[in-house]
Amino acid sequence: MKPNQPLTRRKLVTAGIAVTAGAAGLAAADKLARRYSLIPPDSGGLYGPGETLTYAAQRLITRHSMAREFAKSQICEKPFRNELAPMPDLYKQLQANGFRDWKLSIGGLVSHPASFSLAEIRALGMRSQITEIACEEGWSYIAQWTGTPLSSVLNQVGVAPHARYVLYQSIEKPWWESIDMADALHPQTILAQGMNDSDLPAGFGGPLRLRVPRQLGYKSVKFITQITVTDSLKSFGKGLGSASPEAGYSWFAGI
Amino acid sequence: MPASAPNPRHAPLVRLTHWLTVVAFVALLLSGLEIFVSHPRFYWGDSGNVNMHPLFSIPIPSSRDTVPTGYNYVLPDQNGWSRYLHFQAAWLLVFTALAYGIPSLFNGHFRRNLVPAPGKRNPRAVWAVIQKYLRRAPADHADSRPYNVAQQIAYLGVIFVLFPLIIWTGLAMSPSFTSAFPLAVLALGGRQSARTLHFFDTIALVLFVIVHVAMVALSGFRSRMRAMTLGEPGPAEIPLPARLANARQP
Repeated sequence: MKPNQPLTRRKLVTAGIAVTAGAAGLAAADKLARRYSLIPPDSGGLYGPGETLTYAAQRLITRHSMAREFAKSQICEKPFRNELAPMPDLYKQLQANGFRDWKLSIGGLVSHPASFSLAEIRALGMRSQITEIACEEGWSYIAQWTGTPLSSVLNQVGVAPHARYVLYQSIEKPWWESIDMADALHPQTILAQGMNDSDLPAGFGGPLRLRVPRQLGYKSVKFITQITVTDSLKSFGKGLGSASPEAGYSWFAGI
Repeated sequence: MPASAPNPRHAPLVRLTHWLTVVAFVALLLSGLEIFVSHPRFYWGDSGNVNMHPLFSIPIPSSRDTVPTGYNYVLPDQNGWSRYLHFQAAWLLVFTALAYGIPSLFNGHFRRNLVPAPGKRNPRAVWAVIQKYLRRAPADHADSRPYNVAQQIAYLGVIFVLFPLIIWTGLAMSPSFTSAFPLAVLALGGRQSARTLHFFDTIALVLFVIVHVAMVALSGFRSRMRAMTLGEPGPAEIPLPARLANARQP
Protein backbone atom coordinates (compact mmCIF):
# COMPACT_ATOMS: atom_id res chain seq x y z
CA MET A 1 0.00 0.00 0.00
CA LYS A 2 1.48 3.30 -1.01
CA PRO A 3 1.52 5.88 1.79
CA ASN A 4 -0.29 8.50 -0.29
CA GLN A 5 -3.19 6.12 -0.98
CA PRO A 6 -4.99 5.40 2.28
CA LEU A 7 -7.31 2.42 2.64
CA THR A 8 -10.47 3.43 0.81
CA ARG A 9 -13.96 2.00 1.06
CA ARG A 10 -13.63 0.79 -2.53
CA LYS A 11 -10.54 -1.19 -1.66
CA LEU A 12 -12.24 -2.69 1.38
CA VAL A 13 -15.23 -3.75 -0.71
CA THR A 14 -12.97 -5.19 -3.43
CA ALA A 15 -10.96 -7.13 -0.86
CA GLY A 16 -14.17 -8.36 0.77
CA ILE A 17 -15.55 -9.58 -2.54
CA ALA A 18 -12.23 -11.28 -3.37
CA VAL A 19 -12.10 -13.10 -0.03
CA THR A 20 -15.75 -14.19 -0.31
CA ALA A 21 -15.24 -15.36 -3.90
CA GLY A 22 -12.10 -17.25 -2.86
CA ALA A 23 -13.86 -18.98 0.03
CA ALA A 24 -16.88 -19.81 -2.14
CA GLY A 25 -14.56 -21.14 -4.84
CA LEU A 26 -12.75 -23.39 -2.37
CA ALA A 27 -16.04 -24.65 -0.96
CA ALA A 28 -17.33 -25.39 -4.47
CA ALA A 29 -14.05 -27.15 -5.38
CA ASP A 30 -14.28 -29.23 -2.20
CA LYS A 31 -17.87 -30.21 -2.99
CA LEU A 32 -16.99 -31.17 -6.58
CA ALA A 33 -13.91 -33.08 -5.42
CA ARG A 34 -16.00 -35.12 -2.97
CA ARG A 35 -18.70 -35.78 -5.54
CA TYR A 36 -16.22 -37.07 -8.12
CA SER A 37 -14.12 -39.00 -5.55
CA LEU A 38 -11.03 -36.86 -6.02
CA ILE A 39 -9.98 -36.86 -2.36
CA PRO A 40 -7.53 -39.58 -1.28
CA PRO A 41 -7.98 -41.38 2.07
CA ASP A 42 -4.75 -39.86 3.43
CA SER A 43 -5.90 -36.29 2.75
CA GLY A 44 -5.58 -35.19 6.39
CA GLY A 45 -2.52 -33.70 8.03
CA LEU A 46 0.35 -31.52 6.94
CA TYR A 47 0.73 -32.99 3.45
CA GLY A 48 -2.99 -33.41 2.77
CA PRO A 49 -3.29 -30.41 0.42
CA GLY A 50 -0.47 -31.56 -1.86
CA GLU A 51 -1.64 -35.15 -1.79
CA THR A 52 -5.20 -34.13 -2.66
CA LEU A 53 -4.02 -31.91 -5.53
CA THR A 54 -1.85 -34.73 -6.89
CA TYR A 55 -4.54 -37.39 -6.70
CA ALA A 56 -7.29 -35.13 -8.07
CA ALA A 57 -5.14 -33.86 -10.94
CA GLN A 58 -3.94 -37.36 -11.84
CA ARG A 59 -7.49 -38.74 -11.75
CA LEU A 60 -8.81 -35.96 -13.95
CA ILE A 61 -6.23 -36.66 -16.67
CA THR A 62 -5.62 -40.41 -16.28
CA ARG A 63 -8.94 -42.04 -15.45
CA HIS A 64 -8.87 -44.21 -18.60
CA SER A 65 -5.31 -43.81 -19.82
CA MET A 66 -3.22 -46.91 -20.53
CA ALA A 67 0.17 -47.55 -18.95
CA ARG A 68 3.04 -47.66 -21.41
CA GLU A 69 3.63 -51.06 -22.97
CA PHE A 70 6.99 -52.06 -24.39
CA ALA A 71 8.45 -54.31 -27.06
CA LYS A 72 9.78 -57.76 -26.16
CA SER A 73 13.30 -56.52 -26.89
CA GLN A 74 12.94 -53.98 -24.07
CA ILE A 75 12.36 -56.61 -21.37
CA CYS A 76 15.02 -56.17 -18.69
CA GLU A 77 17.42 -59.12 -18.56
CA LYS A 78 18.25 -58.50 -14.94
CA PRO A 79 15.09 -57.62 -13.02
CA PHE A 80 15.61 -56.80 -9.37
CA ARG A 81 13.53 -57.69 -6.37
CA ASN A 82 13.82 -56.90 -2.69
CA GLU A 83 14.73 -59.70 -0.31
CA LEU A 84 11.67 -61.36 1.19
CA ALA A 85 11.10 -61.72 4.87
CA PRO A 86 10.82 -65.37 5.99
CA MET A 87 7.52 -66.59 4.57
CA PRO A 88 4.69 -67.74 6.86
CA ASP A 89 4.29 -71.50 7.35
CA LEU A 90 0.98 -71.44 5.50
CA TYR A 91 2.76 -70.16 2.40
CA LYS A 92 5.39 -72.90 2.64
CA GLN A 93 2.70 -75.59 2.92
CA LEU A 94 0.86 -74.22 -0.12
CA GLN A 95 4.14 -73.97 -2.02
CA ALA A 96 5.02 -77.61 -1.21
CA ASN A 97 1.78 -78.61 -2.89
CA GLY A 98 2.46 -76.56 -6.02
CA PHE A 99 -0.05 -73.88 -4.88
CA ARG A 100 -2.91 -76.20 -5.90
CA ASP A 101 -4.79 -75.18 -2.73
CA TRP A 102 -4.08 -71.43 -3.04
CA LYS A 103 -7.36 -69.56 -2.60
CA LEU A 104 -8.30 -66.01 -3.40
CA SER A 105 -11.39 -65.03 -1.45
CA ILE A 106 -13.45 -62.01 -2.45
CA GLY A 107 -15.97 -60.34 -0.19
CA GLY A 108 -17.36 -57.00 0.91
CA LEU A 109 -19.77 -55.08 -1.31
CA VAL A 110 -20.35 -57.93 -3.78
CA SER A 111 -23.51 -59.89 -4.55
CA HIS A 112 -21.87 -63.35 -4.39
CA PRO A 113 -18.81 -63.56 -2.12
CA ALA A 114 -16.63 -66.33 -3.51
CA SER A 115 -13.30 -68.06 -3.37
CA PHE A 116 -11.19 -68.90 -6.44
CA SER A 117 -8.33 -71.32 -7.05
CA LEU A 118 -5.48 -70.23 -9.32
CA ALA A 119 -6.88 -72.43 -12.14
CA GLU A 120 -10.34 -70.91 -11.71
CA ILE A 121 -8.84 -67.43 -12.00
CA ARG A 122 -6.89 -68.44 -15.13
CA ALA A 123 -10.12 -69.80 -16.66
CA LEU A 124 -11.59 -66.27 -16.56
CA GLY A 125 -9.16 -65.21 -19.28
CA MET A 126 -5.59 -64.04 -19.39
CA ARG A 127 -3.70 -61.19 -20.93
CA SER A 128 0.00 -60.56 -21.31
CA GLN A 129 1.50 -57.11 -21.10
CA ILE A 130 5.05 -55.82 -21.12
CA THR A 131 5.08 -53.02 -18.58
CA GLU A 132 7.47 -51.22 -16.32
CA ILE A 133 7.57 -51.62 -12.57
CA ALA A 134 9.23 -48.74 -10.75
CA CYS A 135 10.13 -48.54 -7.08
CA GLU A 136 9.66 -45.31 -5.17
CA GLU A 137 13.42 -45.56 -4.44
CA GLY A 138 14.15 -44.87 -8.11
CA TRP A 139 15.05 -48.22 -9.67
CA SER A 140 12.91 -49.99 -12.25
CA TYR A 141 12.70 -52.84 -14.71
CA ILE A 142 10.52 -53.91 -17.62
CA ALA A 143 8.95 -57.38 -17.66
CA GLN A 144 6.18 -59.29 -19.33
CA TRP A 145 3.36 -60.04 -16.93
CA THR A 146 0.61 -62.55 -17.64
CA GLY A 147 -2.57 -62.71 -15.66
CA THR A 148 -6.30 -62.22 -15.38
CA PRO A 149 -7.73 -58.69 -15.31
CA LEU A 150 -8.98 -57.90 -11.82
CA SER A 151 -12.16 -56.62 -13.47
CA SER A 152 -12.93 -60.13 -14.81
CA VAL A 153 -12.80 -61.55 -11.29
CA LEU A 154 -14.84 -58.65 -9.91
CA ASN A 155 -17.48 -59.20 -12.62
CA GLN A 156 -17.88 -62.79 -11.41
CA VAL A 157 -18.83 -61.69 -7.90
CA GLY A 158 -20.95 -58.69 -8.87
CA VAL A 159 -19.66 -55.42 -7.46
CA ALA A 160 -22.24 -53.11 -5.86
CA PRO A 161 -22.78 -49.87 -7.81
CA HIS A 162 -21.76 -47.72 -4.85
CA ALA A 163 -18.42 -49.51 -4.37
CA ARG A 164 -15.49 -47.09 -4.42
CA TYR A 165 -12.37 -49.03 -3.43
CA VAL A 166 -10.88 -52.49 -3.69
CA LEU A 167 -8.64 -53.69 -0.86
CA TYR A 168 -6.18 -56.50 -1.34
CA GLN A 169 -4.33 -58.46 1.29
CA SER A 170 -1.11 -60.48 1.07
CA ILE A 171 -0.50 -63.79 2.82
CA GLU A 172 2.29 -61.75 4.44
CA LYS A 173 0.07 -60.03 6.98
CA PRO A 174 1.62 -56.55 7.10
CA TRP A 175 1.08 -55.98 3.39
CA TRP A 176 -2.31 -54.73 2.35
CA GLU A 177 -3.22 -52.03 -0.11
CA SER A 178 -6.24 -50.51 -1.77
CA ILE A 179 -7.00 -48.82 -5.09
CA ASP A 180 -9.95 -46.82 -6.37
CA MET A 181 -12.39 -48.25 -8.93
CA ALA A 182 -10.62 -46.42 -11.80
CA ASP A 183 -7.55 -48.57 -11.17
CA ALA A 184 -9.45 -51.68 -10.03
CA LEU A 185 -11.49 -51.87 -13.24
CA HIS A 186 -8.59 -50.76 -15.46
CA PRO A 187 -7.82 -53.36 -18.16
CA GLN A 188 -4.12 -53.45 -17.27
CA THR A 189 -4.70 -54.12 -13.57
CA ILE A 190 -4.15 -57.88 -13.53
CA LEU A 191 -3.82 -60.73 -11.06
CA ALA A 192 -0.50 -61.92 -12.46
CA GLN A 193 0.51 -65.57 -12.38
CA GLY A 194 3.24 -65.43 -15.01
CA MET A 195 6.35 -63.39 -15.66
CA ASN A 196 8.52 -63.46 -18.78
CA ASP A 197 6.90 -66.62 -20.22
CA SER A 198 7.20 -68.71 -17.07
CA ASP A 199 5.37 -69.06 -13.76
CA LEU A 200 5.66 -66.00 -11.56
CA PRO A 201 8.65 -66.75 -9.29
CA ALA A 202 8.03 -66.64 -5.53
CA GLY A 203 10.54 -63.80 -5.18
CA PHE A 204 8.50 -61.65 -7.54
CA GLY A 205 5.20 -62.41 -5.81
CA GLY A 206 4.22 -65.85 -7.10
CA PRO A 207 1.84 -67.48 -7.29
CA LEU A 208 -0.42 -64.40 -7.40
CA ARG A 209 0.53 -60.74 -7.51
CA LEU A 210 -1.75 -57.81 -8.26
CA ARG A 211 0.00 -55.71 -10.90
CA VAL A 212 -1.13 -52.07 -10.93
CA PRO A 213 1.10 -50.69 -13.70
CA ARG A 214 -0.07 -47.08 -13.40
CA GLN A 215 1.29 -46.88 -9.86
CA LEU A 216 4.67 -47.47 -8.23
CA GLY A 217 5.81 -50.95 -7.22
CA TYR A 218 4.57 -50.87 -3.66
CA LYS A 219 0.97 -50.93 -4.87
CA SER A 220 1.69 -54.23 -6.70
CA VAL A 221 1.34 -56.41 -3.61
CA LYS A 222 2.72 -59.97 -3.71
CA PHE A 223 1.01 -63.23 -2.63
CA ILE A 224 -2.62 -62.04 -2.80
CA THR A 225 -5.12 -64.14 -0.84
CA GLN A 226 -7.98 -61.79 -0.10
CA ILE A 227 -9.90 -59.01 -1.81
CA THR A 228 -12.51 -56.77 -0.19
CA VAL A 229 -14.76 -54.36 -2.06
CA THR A 230 -15.88 -51.34 -0.05
CA ASP A 231 -17.34 -47.86 -0.28
CA SER A 232 -15.24 -46.48 2.57
CA LEU A 233 -11.72 -47.12 3.81
CA LYS A 234 -12.40 -45.65 7.25
CA SER A 235 -12.89 -48.96 9.04
CA PHE A 236 -9.74 -50.66 7.74
CA GLY A 237 -6.56 -50.34 9.80
CA LYS A 238 -6.10 -46.73 10.82
CA GLY A 239 -8.53 -45.54 8.15
CA LEU A 240 -5.81 -44.11 5.90
CA GLY A 241 -6.54 -46.46 3.02
CA SER A 242 -3.73 -48.99 3.26
CA ALA A 243 -0.60 -50.06 5.12
CA SER A 244 1.53 -47.53 3.22
CA PRO A 245 0.17 -44.31 4.78
CA GLU A 246 0.40 -46.00 8.19
CA ALA A 247 4.13 -46.38 7.47
CA GLY A 248 4.37 -42.78 6.24
CA TYR A 249 4.06 -43.42 2.49
CA SER A 250 1.31 -41.94 0.35
CA TRP A 251 -1.74 -44.01 -0.55
CA PHE A 252 -1.76 -42.86 -4.17
CA ALA A 253 1.50 -43.94 -5.77
CA GLY A 254 0.91 -42.81 -9.35
CA ILE A 255 3.78 -40.35 -9.04
CA MET B 1 3.34 -7.12 1.50
CA PRO B 2 5.26 -4.48 3.42
CA ALA B 3 4.88 -0.90 2.32
CA SER B 4 6.78 -0.08 -0.85
CA ALA B 5 8.77 2.93 -1.82
CA PRO B 6 7.13 4.79 -4.71
CA ASN B 7 9.58 3.19 -7.12
CA PRO B 8 10.58 -0.19 -5.72
CA ARG B 9 13.51 -1.98 -7.31
CA HIS B 10 11.38 -5.15 -7.47
CA ALA B 11 7.60 -5.17 -8.00
CA PRO B 12 5.55 -6.62 -5.12
CA LEU B 13 4.61 -9.70 -7.17
CA VAL B 14 8.27 -10.36 -7.97
CA ARG B 15 9.21 -10.12 -4.29
CA LEU B 16 6.37 -12.37 -3.11
CA THR B 17 6.96 -15.04 -5.74
CA HIS B 18 10.73 -14.88 -5.21
CA TRP B 19 10.36 -15.92 -1.56
CA LEU B 20 7.68 -18.53 -2.30
CA THR B 21 10.13 -19.99 -4.80
CA VAL B 22 12.83 -20.03 -2.10
CA VAL B 23 10.51 -21.94 0.26
CA ALA B 24 9.51 -24.44 -2.44
CA PHE B 25 13.09 -24.87 -3.69
CA VAL B 26 14.55 -25.55 -0.23
CA ALA B 27 11.79 -28.08 0.52
CA LEU B 28 12.26 -29.76 -2.87
CA LEU B 29 16.04 -29.88 -2.52
CA LEU B 30 16.03 -31.39 0.99
CA SER B 31 13.29 -33.93 0.27
CA GLY B 32 14.89 -34.69 -3.11
CA LEU B 33 18.22 -35.41 -1.39
CA GLU B 34 16.47 -37.83 0.97
CA ILE B 35 14.83 -39.65 -1.95
CA PHE B 36 18.14 -39.66 -3.86
CA VAL B 37 20.08 -41.42 -1.06
CA SER B 38 17.70 -44.39 -1.26
CA HIS B 39 19.30 -45.15 -4.65
CA PRO B 40 22.39 -43.00 -5.37
CA ARG B 41 22.96 -44.66 -8.75
CA PHE B 42 21.96 -43.31 -12.16
CA TYR B 43 21.17 -45.07 -15.42
CA TRP B 44 20.24 -44.26 -18.98
CA GLY B 45 17.23 -45.65 -20.86
CA ASP B 46 14.15 -47.38 -19.46
CA SER B 47 15.31 -49.94 -16.89
CA GLY B 48 17.86 -49.44 -14.12
CA ASN B 49 18.51 -51.36 -10.91
CA VAL B 50 21.36 -52.72 -8.81
CA ASN B 51 21.63 -55.80 -11.04
CA MET B 52 22.60 -53.49 -13.90
CA HIS B 53 25.63 -51.32 -14.57
CA PRO B 54 24.95 -47.71 -13.66
CA LEU B 55 25.85 -44.82 -15.92
CA PHE B 56 27.49 -43.43 -12.79
CA SER B 57 26.95 -43.66 -9.07
CA ILE B 58 27.57 -41.16 -6.32
CA PRO B 59 29.95 -42.54 -3.63
CA ILE B 60 27.77 -41.91 -0.60
CA PRO B 61 26.00 -44.25 1.84
CA SER B 62 22.44 -45.25 1.00
CA SER B 63 19.25 -45.53 3.02
CA ARG B 64 18.66 -49.03 1.59
CA ASP B 65 20.72 -52.12 2.34
CA THR B 66 20.07 -53.43 -1.18
CA VAL B 67 22.35 -50.79 -2.74
CA PRO B 68 26.04 -51.77 -2.82
CA THR B 69 27.79 -48.62 -1.63
CA GLY B 70 30.99 -49.91 0.00
CA TYR B 71 29.85 -48.44 3.31
CA ASN B 72 28.95 -50.92 6.02
CA TYR B 73 26.08 -48.91 7.38
CA VAL B 74 22.65 -47.89 6.14
CA LEU B 75 21.11 -44.45 6.57
CA PRO B 76 17.60 -44.18 8.04
CA ASP B 77 14.75 -44.37 5.52
CA GLN B 78 13.14 -40.94 5.21
CA ASN B 79 11.36 -41.42 1.89
CA GLY B 80 7.79 -41.39 3.24
CA TRP B 81 7.59 -37.77 4.40
CA SER B 82 10.16 -36.76 1.81
CA ARG B 83 7.93 -37.89 -1.03
CA TYR B 84 4.85 -36.22 0.52
CA LEU B 85 6.82 -32.98 0.99
CA HIS B 86 8.45 -33.19 -2.45
CA PHE B 87 5.13 -33.23 -4.29
CA GLN B 88 3.47 -30.66 -2.02
CA ALA B 89 6.41 -28.29 -2.58
CA ALA B 90 6.25 -29.05 -6.32
CA TRP B 91 2.65 -27.84 -6.33
CA LEU B 92 3.73 -24.66 -4.52
CA LEU B 93 6.41 -24.18 -7.18
CA VAL B 94 3.94 -24.68 -10.03
CA PHE B 95 1.38 -22.25 -8.58
CA THR B 96 4.12 -19.72 -7.85
CA ALA B 97 5.44 -20.07 -11.39
CA LEU B 98 1.96 -19.41 -12.79
CA ALA B 99 1.35 -16.46 -10.46
CA TYR B 100 4.68 -14.95 -11.53
CA GLY B 101 4.84 -16.03 -15.16
CA ILE B 102 1.38 -15.20 -16.49
CA PRO B 103 1.26 -11.54 -15.31
CA SER B 104 4.90 -11.09 -16.30
CA LEU B 105 4.06 -12.00 -19.89
CA PHE B 106 1.55 -9.16 -20.07
CA ASN B 107 2.83 -6.44 -17.74
CA GLY B 108 6.15 -6.13 -19.53
CA HIS B 109 8.30 -7.58 -16.73
CA PHE B 110 9.91 -10.21 -18.98
CA ARG B 111 10.20 -7.87 -21.96
CA ARG B 112 11.46 -4.85 -20.02
CA ASN B 113 13.65 -6.44 -17.35
CA LEU B 114 14.76 -9.86 -18.57
CA VAL B 115 15.04 -9.77 -22.37
CA PRO B 116 18.49 -8.31 -23.18
CA ALA B 117 18.53 -5.03 -25.10
CA PRO B 118 19.07 -5.54 -28.85
CA GLY B 119 22.66 -4.35 -28.70
CA LYS B 120 23.51 -6.73 -25.85
CA ARG B 121 22.41 -10.03 -27.37
CA ASN B 122 25.94 -11.26 -28.06
CA PRO B 123 28.71 -13.11 -26.22
CA ARG B 124 30.86 -9.98 -26.18
CA ALA B 125 28.35 -8.12 -24.03
CA VAL B 126 28.18 -11.07 -21.60
CA TRP B 127 31.96 -11.29 -21.50
CA ALA B 128 32.20 -7.56 -20.78
CA VAL B 129 29.97 -8.03 -17.72
CA ILE B 130 31.97 -11.01 -16.50
CA GLN B 131 35.24 -9.12 -16.92
CA LYS B 132 33.80 -6.30 -14.91
CA TYR B 133 32.88 -8.74 -12.15
CA LEU B 134 36.37 -10.25 -12.27
CA ARG B 135 37.95 -6.80 -11.97
CA ARG B 136 35.68 -6.39 -8.94
CA ALA B 137 34.62 -3.03 -10.23
CA PRO B 138 32.09 -1.45 -7.87
CA ALA B 139 28.57 -1.75 -9.23
CA ASP B 140 27.52 1.59 -10.64
CA HIS B 141 23.90 2.64 -10.66
CA ALA B 142 23.52 2.05 -14.38
CA ASP B 143 24.21 -1.69 -13.82
CA SER B 144 21.68 -2.23 -11.09
CA ARG B 145 18.57 -1.57 -13.10
CA PRO B 146 17.60 -3.12 -15.37
CA TYR B 147 19.64 -6.26 -14.81
CA ASN B 148 22.85 -6.58 -16.78
CA VAL B 149 22.95 -9.02 -19.65
CA ALA B 150 24.69 -11.82 -17.67
CA GLN B 151 21.97 -11.66 -15.01
CA GLN B 152 19.27 -11.54 -17.68
CA ILE B 153 20.57 -14.68 -19.39
CA ALA B 154 20.96 -16.51 -16.07
CA TYR B 155 17.43 -15.57 -14.96
CA LEU B 156 15.89 -16.42 -18.34
CA GLY B 157 17.70 -19.77 -18.27
CA VAL B 158 16.40 -20.60 -14.80
CA ILE B 159 12.84 -19.43 -15.52
CA PHE B 160 12.39 -20.83 -19.04
CA VAL B 161 14.79 -23.80 -19.17
CA LEU B 162 15.84 -25.23 -15.79
CA PHE B 163 12.53 -24.90 -13.92
CA PRO B 164 10.31 -26.20 -16.78
CA LEU B 165 12.79 -29.06 -17.31
CA ILE B 166 12.78 -30.03 -13.63
CA ILE B 167 8.96 -30.23 -13.64
CA TRP B 168 8.98 -32.15 -16.93
CA THR B 169 11.66 -34.68 -15.89
CA GLY B 170 9.84 -35.12 -12.57
CA LEU B 171 6.50 -35.84 -14.24
CA ALA B 172 8.26 -38.17 -16.71
CA MET B 173 8.97 -40.45 -13.73
CA SER B 174 5.27 -40.69 -12.84
CA PRO B 175 3.78 -43.97 -14.11
CA SER B 176 0.33 -42.41 -13.95
CA PHE B 177 1.20 -39.15 -15.75
CA THR B 178 3.12 -40.95 -18.49
CA SER B 179 0.15 -43.25 -19.10
CA ALA B 180 -1.74 -40.15 -20.27
CA PHE B 181 1.28 -38.40 -21.85
CA PRO B 182 3.76 -41.09 -22.96
CA LEU B 183 5.65 -38.58 -25.08
CA ALA B 184 6.77 -36.86 -21.86
CA VAL B 185 9.06 -39.81 -21.10
CA LEU B 186 9.66 -41.06 -24.66
CA ALA B 187 11.19 -37.73 -25.64
CA LEU B 188 13.68 -38.02 -22.78
CA GLY B 189 14.78 -41.55 -23.69
CA GLY B 190 13.09 -43.47 -20.89
CA ARG B 191 12.28 -43.35 -17.22
CA GLN B 192 15.87 -43.74 -15.99
CA SER B 193 17.09 -41.07 -18.42
CA ALA B 194 14.42 -38.74 -17.01
CA ARG B 195 15.66 -39.48 -13.48
CA THR B 196 19.28 -38.79 -14.46
CA LEU B 197 18.31 -35.52 -16.18
CA HIS B 198 16.28 -34.56 -13.09
CA PHE B 199 19.49 -34.99 -11.07
CA PHE B 200 21.63 -32.95 -13.52
CA ASP B 201 19.02 -30.20 -13.56
CA THR B 202 19.06 -30.12 -9.75
CA ILE B 203 22.84 -29.63 -9.84
CA ALA B 204 22.45 -26.80 -12.36
CA LEU B 205 19.85 -25.11 -10.13
CA VAL B 206 22.04 -25.49 -7.04
CA LEU B 207 24.99 -23.95 -8.92
CA PHE B 208 22.75 -21.07 -9.92
CA VAL B 209 21.68 -20.54 -6.30
CA ILE B 210 25.31 -20.58 -5.10
CA VAL B 211 26.37 -17.96 -7.66
CA HIS B 212 23.18 -15.95 -7.09
CA VAL B 213 23.66 -15.77 -3.31
CA ALA B 214 27.37 -15.02 -3.70
CA MET B 215 26.60 -12.14 -6.07
CA VAL B 216 23.97 -10.78 -3.67
CA ALA B 217 26.53 -10.88 -0.87
CA LEU B 218 29.20 -9.22 -2.98
CA SER B 219 26.95 -6.46 -4.26
CA GLY B 220 25.67 -5.48 -0.82
CA PHE B 221 23.74 -8.14 1.06
CA ARG B 222 21.66 -5.81 3.24
CA SER B 223 20.56 -3.45 0.51
CA ARG B 224 19.73 -6.32 -1.85
CA MET B 225 17.74 -8.08 0.87
CA ARG B 226 15.87 -4.87 1.63
CA ALA B 227 15.14 -4.48 -2.07
CA MET B 228 13.76 -8.02 -2.34
CA THR B 229 11.71 -7.81 0.89
CA LEU B 230 10.66 -4.23 1.69
CA GLY B 231 10.78 -3.19 -1.94
CA GLU B 232 13.08 -0.28 -1.31
CA PRO B 233 16.30 0.50 -3.07
CA GLY B 234 17.64 1.09 0.44
CA PRO B 235 20.21 3.65 1.52
CA ALA B 236 23.36 3.58 -0.54
CA GLU B 237 25.65 0.92 0.80
CA ILE B 238 29.25 0.51 -0.25
CA PRO B 239 29.47 -2.86 -2.01
CA LEU B 240 31.68 -5.48 -0.42
CA PRO B 241 34.46 -5.47 -3.07
CA ALA B 242 34.83 -1.74 -2.67
CA ARG B 243 34.87 -2.07 1.10
CA LEU B 244 37.57 -4.72 0.84
CA ALA B 245 39.53 -2.44 -1.48
CA ASN B 246 39.19 0.44 0.99
CA ALA B 247 40.31 -1.77 3.87
CA ARG B 248 43.50 -2.61 2.04
CA GLN B 249 44.47 1.04 1.76
CA PRO B 250 46.69 2.44 4.50
